[in-house]
Amino acid sequence: MKHLPLMVFSLVVFALPLGMGNNYYLMALNIAALNVMIVIGLNLLMGYAGQISLGHAAFFGLGAYFSAVLTTTYGFPAWPTILGAMVVTAGIACIIGIPTLKLQGHYLVMATLGFNVIVYIIMIQLGSVTGGPSGFAGIPGLRIGSFAFESDRKIYYLFWAISIGILSLSLNLIHSRVGRAMAALSHNEIAARCTGIDTETIKIKIFVISAAMASLAGSLYAHYISFISPGSFSIFFSLQTVTMVLVGGMGSLWGSVFGAILMSLLPEILHGVKEYNVLVYGFILMVVLIFFPEGLFPSVRSFVATTFRKKT
Amino acid sequence: MPLLLKLFQFTLSGLTTGSTYALIAIGFSIIHNATGIVNFAQGEFVMLGGMFMITFYGYLKLPMAPAFVLSVFAVAFIGLLLERTTLRCSKSKEIFNLVMITVGASIFIKGLAMAIWGKSAMTLPPFSGDDPILFFGAAIMPQCIWIFGITVSVVAALNMFFIRTRTGKAMRAVAASRRSALLAGIPVNRVIALSFFLSGALGAVAGIVLTPVTTISYDSGVMLGLKGFSAAILGGYGSMIGAVAGGLLLGALESLGAGLVSSEYKDVLAFLILLIVLFFKPAGMFGKGSLRKV
Repeated sequence: MKHLPLMVFSLVVFALPLGMGNNYYLMALNIAALNVMIVIGLNLLMGYAGQISLGHAAFFGLGAYFSAVLTTTYGFPAWPTILGAMVVTAGIACIIGIPTLKLQGHYLVMATLGFNVIVYIIMIQLGSVTGGPSGFAGIPGLRIGSFAFESDRKIYYLFWAISIGILSLSLNLIHSRVGRAMAALSHNEIAARCTGIDTETIKIKIFVISAAMASLAGSLYAHYISFISPGSFSIFFSLQTVTMVLVGGMGSLWGSVFGAILMSLLPEILHGVKEYNVLVYGFILMVVLIFFPEGLFPSVRSFVATTFRKKT
Repeated sequence: MPLLLKLFQFTLSGLTTGSTYALIAIGFSIIHNATGIVNFAQGEFVMLGGMFMITFYGYLKLPMAPAFVLSVFAVAFIGLLLERTTLRCSKSKEIFNLVMITVGASIFIKGLAMAIWGKSAMTLPPFSGDDPILFFGAAIMPQCIWIFGITVSVVAALNMFFIRTRTGKAMRAVAASRRSALLAGIPVNRVIALSFFLSGALGAVAGIVLTPVTTISYDSGVMLGLKGFSAAILGGYGSMIGAVAGGLLLGALESLGAGLVSSEYKDVLAFLILLIVLFFKPAGMFGKGSLRKV
């Protein structure tokens, strides 16, 4: 029975496009699948390691640019490059994480934010490699053997299969020995240390894994959209991913799925406010944090649970 | 130009930008000492200071002194409002949550600024002309002297405030130990509110004096906030002398880096310094001992 929610969710995801034409919403859902990958990783970091990263857009961007430049300019094969990008991004995350995660307090926030700014500047300034501010075009699509993922529908199944895979791995992770250590860490770091958990290493590991997941999503994004520009990888996207985690609720992986889908589709629903989406995101972030510190999803769930109990 | 003169020139101009970093860094430290949080909206205070000054001085044609005072108070009240409306109402008082609220507030303020003042960068005329003054062979803009003079007087005044006045002593007591301060009957909540008010004012001063030298637009806040934060870390987070020293040093290094190496990557340098300091000496230059490692 433990796997029931995951199976139901997979069935719904599988069945959803059957009723849809090859339309705009399919594309929005594909992007949502990528966001789910990033947000699950980020939630492991925020919900369990108790640390915030405002640099996940940079990791996402590193994945995207590595894949784009290596496959397009140098003709590398797509899938090994994706893995390579994940390894390199993980290494970079290690370099940032080791000094900052040792310290008490929220140094990682600023370090990652600063890192995001650096990466963004390099993407713009290193025009000869990255195409500069106008972006990088002509990235080849993904294929396995002779099968090409050329339609939105095929991409939909690929992306969602990967994100459900990551979700199920992460669910397994938090129910494992490491997961219990992570839960102990999130409740009380000093107590966790006293029971012999190496909290420092766990925090660094989670940060590195979440960066690698963001890199994977970035590579897939580059191959899917076939055009990338620095604008997609600014601090604002980092903030969006953090908002998705907070809306879904920290520490709740299902909440992250919900948060990522909701916040990815929100701009499509609120078409009129495109100009002011910074304002809207800031407002949502503040309201959720002030009134629903556990996240929107857990609050709604407990509200439903209590009203349901009263009726019966 | 001989190399030595060039170095002198770069250092001088770096010290002027650096002194605004110092003001921002002090703002970070004051809020950190009162509440323990990193206030992400600090950079937005700087942006708002510049924007209000442009509105009062540039558009409404008020004389400079009242425009300056009005802008500083306007931003200080926004700081107060930020604390009163968002942080105090928050259901969860966990530091993590409060830090994220300031992140939300910062993008919200940025969005509002875009809606009010538009997207284009704006500037102000320098306070007193732009004929450079020669100083040992290096050319200095009069505005740089203004920046330097105002920063020095603000820091001196703040120092007096913390040492001499009752309120200043109360703020130091809260910084030393919030719990003991509360037990001693210090109104901690009022101290926290005051710390946001002061940080807003400091940010505004930095923004006002800096605007004629650079330009200001709705999204300048993030970068300035980060520079101020890097300066605070470099000097020792929470320390006042540290904030000033860190700001000046960062400004000078940045200016030398931009002049001698590459101006495109000028902003990268500040964060490299931040990471290096965190790596080797996280307590900074004037930090008290080493930071507590969990």
